[in-house]
Amino acid sequence: MWQAYEMPTSVEEAVNTLARYRGQAQLIAGGTDLIIELQEGKHAVQCLVDVTRIPNLDRIERQEGWIVIGANVTFRQIKDSTLLQEEARVLPEAAATVGALQIQTVATLAGNLASALPAADGSVALLALDAEARIADTHGQAWQPVGELFLGPGKSALDPTRQMITHIRFPVPEGKHGSAWQRIGRRRALVLPILNCAVCVGLDPDGERFQWARLGLGPVAPVPFRAKECEAFLVGKPATADAMRQAGEIAAGEAHPRTSLLRASKEYRLEVLPVLVRHGLERAVAQAQMRTA
Amino acid sequence: MDTRLHTLTMTVNSRQVSVEIQPDELLVDVLRDRLGLTGTKIGCNEGECGACTVIMNGQAVLSCLIPALRAEGCHITTIEGLSDGDVLHPLQQAFVEHGAVQCGYCIPGFILSAKALLDRNPHPTREEIKESIAGNLCRCTGYVKIIEAIESVAGQES
Repeated sequence: MWQAYEMPTSVEEAVNTLARYRGQAQLIAGGTDLIIELQEGKHAVQCLVDVTRIPNLDRIERQEGWIVIGANVTFRQIKDSTLLQEEARVLPEAAATVGALQIQTVATLAGNLASALPAADGSVALLALDAEARIADTHGQAWQPVGELFLGPGKSALDPTRQMITHIRFPVPEGKHGSAWQRIGRRRALVLPILNCAVCVGLDPDGERFQWARLGLGPVAPVPFRAKECEAFLVGKPATADAMRQAGEIAAGEAHPRTSLLRASKEYRLEVLPVLVRHGLERAVAQAQMRTA
Repeated sequence: MDTRLHTLTMTVNSRQVSVEIQPDELLVDVLRDRLGLTGTKIGCNEGECGACTVIMNGQAVLSCLIPALRAEGCHITTIEGLSDGDVLHPLQQAFVEHGAVQCGYCIPGFILSAKALLDRNPHPTREEIKESIAGNLCRCTGYVKIIEAIESVAGQES
């Protein structure tokens, strides 16, 4: 499947190694998707460039108004992070639903982002968090909004034969903010989702009205989806059961799930979607209201 | 393009081993075919069943998805590393006594997932046990006896 296996110890070495192979090498971190794709013959590579030994890419840190997550951070680390549970609960909750423990232990959030799959749990959560990814290649490094990385199902704007993600970051909201992850699947582990939903909200200082909301959904479009009509509806609305129920209906109206032979029908998904959104909003609002502004 | 053999050195069941491998071999195949440790099973070969579970640097992982060269310098525990001569590890003993084993194929994976859990959390709740084995599938038992076997060992270590 590959003829060479390199393990660089710096980002610079990694991107230079990729450049040296001129498109015939590819990055690997956890490899839980890539190894399967290579076995199925979906790609051919001469060399795998394993980035997991690059130091200092395995941290989750608060840096001024941002939370910054290194590219080698695994779903397991995210799940166990008290910082994330406090400030962006949607992300560790999403991490806990990926595959199972053995997969979470090696799979990285950055790899999930690079997969550009419409239901990728990490990607849907990061989209709702307004996250950015730092992309490095031989020309330099730059931050890019994660939404710009998704070109189509499985089609990333990233070129894994040339570029690597070094970090992911998102702004820490202020005031009464809360978040929640909801996911439904045919069983509770080792399964891709029928639907997933990432909710981030901010309430006014009294905790009674929505100031802002961000809602990520998958798979309801070719790429991870932000339900912008639902978000716009919620601004200024009271944080009541009725408003949240209406918000769920609006989200169902702008989403376009398909029928999947393996997972669920479009009709089922459209039935469940408003409920999932409502549950997510209820939980996110409850967390926001518990904070002192 | 010439494929050079690589030397992989790792610690398996507390013994250092060095083995010459192709760069694209996966850990499960090196363990089974190069080292003769066939206790680790291949079920789906795509990371969806847990039969290939081994412990790597203290954590349960799916060896069918791990390029063997990533294990350079790592500590690997396979099912063969649990018993002490003829004396079964408490988890192995408990699985036998509780009727947790039917065809046996999934069992090494389950035991290693359980061992990884108990090594870091000696007194897990039933929920924590279930979460730790959620990545292991069994088509025979219905899981109840497996959970009871792990619970019995978790209760003992106090």
